Amino acid sequence: MTETRAHKVYAIERGTVIDHIPSPMAMKVVEILGVHQDGILTVGINFKSEKLGRKDIVKVENLALTAAVTDRLALVAPTATINIIEDGKVVEKRPITVPKEFLGMLRCPNPKCITNIEEIDTVFLLEGEASKPAVRCRYCERLYQKPSDLVL
Amino acid sequence: MDMKGRSIVSIRDFPREEIEAIVNKALEVKAGKWPNMLAGKVLATLFFEPSTRTRLSFESAMVSMGGRVIGFADANVSSTKKGESLSDTIKTVTGYCDAIAMRHSIEGAARLASQVATVPVLNAGDGANQHPTQTFLDLVTIKEEFGQLEGLTVGMLGDLKYGRTVHSLAKALSLFDTRQVFIAPPSLSMPETTLAELKNAGTNFSQVDDISQLDQKLDVLYVTRIQKERFADFLEYERVAGAYRIDKKELARLGEQCRIMHPLPRVDEIAEELDGTKNAIYFRQAHNGIPTRQALLGLVMGVMK
Repeated sequence: MTETRAHKVYAIERGTVIDHIPSPMAMKVVEILGVHQDGILTVGINFKSEKLGRKDIVKVENLALTAAVTDRLALVAPTATINIIEDGKVVEKRPITVPKEFLGMLRCPNPKCITNIEEIDTVFLLEGEASKPAVRCRYCERLYQKPSDLVL
Repeated sequence: MDMKGRSIVSIRDFPREEIEAIVNKALEVKAGKWPNMLAGKVLATLFFEPSTRTRLSFESAMVSMGGRVIGFADANVSSTKKGESLSDTIKTVTGYCDAIAMRHSIEGAARLASQVATVPVLNAGDGANQHPTQTFLDLVTIKEEFGQLEGLTVGMLGDLKYGRTVHSLAKALSLFDTRQVFIAPPSLSMPETTLAELKNAGTNFSQVDDISQLDQKLDVLYVTRIQKERFADFLEYERVAGAYRIDKKELARLGEQCRIMHPLPRVDEIAEELDGTKNAIYFRQAHNGIPTRQALLGLVMGVMK
């Protein structure tokens, strides 16, 4: 299935299409978006993609992404592109930017980390390439290669 | 250099130039260029976890330069036992002193303390994470011995998996043009994440399973203790510990040039017969904790530039 067809199958009038999600992260993306918006949310898994081999697509009606949500998405789907749809047309297309710092968004899995003992916001710093992000806890300094497991 | 008000939390916070400058300051202190610079200053030593060497070293560093020390050596005598949070303890103590030296079993405790304190915090060990003053004194000892940190080949032997001193030392040495050789049984080898980091930094390193496989001359062999509690099988511990013991015979194989370091305490990994040799510099290394901590205290308290 081509990328154009993938868009047509689930065409929406107004909202956001998150494309080029590395398979099988679509459900994680939905988890981050939440399912309590007022429009239809459709999920496509395992489309063929020249860039990624396999990709997922998530389309949400009537949704504008906040910066906090985009930052979380960056960790589970750093290759994703965000398409803003109005009147059935793509009016804006932008890649996800992976932030350098994640404040209060991730949980440190280290039980001996101070963030799991005292009531403080976690801080993680980006390391490695943006296309394959790894994060380091600012407090216990552990490095995590799969930040998608840490998203709150 | 102006480090007034800075906390010493992690070796990661320091670029190469600052590490070099701090090491040079410590050597100046050792040479007697900054007498009594800590006079009138108060250091709070908060040792939530027991430690002998580090606490005594911090206390001696202050007292021998005219400063004074307050604090505790056991969390049971602090308000922590009454349920006080670490943040609250630090927010209080910060008003009683010019700097805080803290050891805590929880990783990241020193970072948190540095964020809530209004005076500098010196991390004297936070669980398995960092112990930056140890790394600085290791570097001071190497610089003192060789006159430089560049161009050296440093071997690290023993428990490289859990030993925080070797992780920090490897990271710090990677900022200089050094070669590093990691010598450990596969079950205690350097963690993948540390190796990946060294690789990204372009560090020249290699790994061998035991010391007989070494194919290059070492300038420094940094020995760490293999802890009994890491082994489920006592016989396996005996076998591994025996294979990583440095005695005079082993030293002869390592060569005249090789200096032996150890963060101490040692158990059996270095034979006592080595203590009197010019190669054994581990007690001088421990003593270098004094000028190193004095330099760090002087810098962060703003009495040394």
